[in-house]
Amino acid sequence: MSTFQEEKIQTQNIIGRMLQIGVFLSSIFVLVGGVAYLMRHGSELPNYKHFAGEPPQLKSLRPIVSDAAGRSTRALIQFGLLLLIATPFARVVFSVVTFARERDRLYVVFTSIVLLLLIFSFFGSNGT
Amino acid sequence: MTVLDLTLAIFAVSAVAGFVGSLTGLGGGVVLVPVLTLAFGIDVHYAMGASLVSVIATSSGSAAAYVREGFSNIRVAMFLEIATSLGAIVGATLVAIVPTAAIAVIFGLVLLYSAYETVQSHKHTTVTESDGLCKRLNLGSDYPEDGQLVKYGVVNAPAGFAVMGIAGVLSGLLGIGSGAVKVIAMDRIMKLPFKVSTTTSNFMIGVTAAASAGVYLSRGYIDPGLAMPVMLGVLGGSLVGSRLLVAAKVNILRTIFAIVISALAVEMLIQGLRGGIK
Repeated sequence: MSTFQEEKIQTQNIIGRMLQIGVFLSSIFVLVGGVAYLMRHGSELPNYKHFAGEPPQLKSLRPIVSDAAGRSTRALIQFGLLLLIATPFARVVFSVVTFARERDRLYVVFTSIVLLLLIFSFFGSNGT
Repeated sequence: MTVLDLTLAIFAVSAVAGFVGSLTGLGGGVVLVPVLTLAFGIDVHYAMGASLVSVIATSSGSAAAYVREGFSNIRVAMFLEIATSLGAIVGATLVAIVPTAAIAVIFGLVLLYSAYETVQSHKHTTVTESDGLCKRLNLGSDYPEDGQLVKYGVVNAPAGFAVMGIAGVLSGLLGIGSGAVKVIAMDRIMKLPFKVSTTTSNFMIGVTAAASAGVYLSRGYIDPGLAMPVMLGVLGGSLVGSRLLVAAKVNILRTIFAIVISALAVEMLIQGLRGGIK
């Protein structure tokens, strides 16, 4: 097997491992936050019948992170979900780097466009 | 019903959806929104938010195994993800504008199509040589089979790209992975080998859904209390499903799943047209 093939397999191994770790970490946060949330709010009555939208502190990155470190169990779950959403993000970043190392300019451009679209989705769309 | 009861019930349903979804290779996401809205009376926006999160979980969870086996074509994935991510952002933004009744009807139609795809069998053709544009895009690759590398070509990049854009819009608009549409683009239009197209599609679903997730999050569609049991249930169910090899019974299971999907589709259509889903 050529060194190119070996490198390809190695890259794919890293991507696979990265996705696994991301999903695992995220599940831990969601599970811990979920158990704490149910202990605190489990006997309340749910209200999902009418859409009201989430409060501002559960809609953007900074308050979620700071509240998750504090006492909000819902923010802790939301933080776990953010980690989950970050796994495909990390994969795209990693692909940009890999294509750059292979000096594959066309694919550096393609992956960068995907990355910019993801960033736009998170920071460009203001909640209404 | 208290929060605890609802959470446990949703966890159980999601685990079954993830389990069956992974056994049949169809993903559980497509049944979650109808079940959450029709059976639990949950608002469709919250249901879509929870479903979208679970789609990322199963995609990243199972992609980990596929990628390491060397079936996914990263170049094809990255090229097409431009279309799906752009489509997903458009679709997710449209949720706020499109009336809920229309979303329910579109959902019903997509479900019907998924059910049809499930029972349909197609002759699969592959090519050994890429066409001019695909050659320039360097899309052809190889995959391992019986210890050897099988080379394959790719064709019709522009048409595949366009259909992927539609898959992205549907994914953002409905909170699903739209794997069924992705497979059309790769299998039938671009002629990728079956193993490559299914694994690459699964791999791409995570990135597409992440593009929608940014919009969903900022609009408040992702509720942690609801997404938690859905994500954990679907992920757990699909992990168990992927470890069971019941190849012989998959065909029966696919047929049953197709019937369930069709029933949900009809109900979504009726409720959508009657204005029952708000």
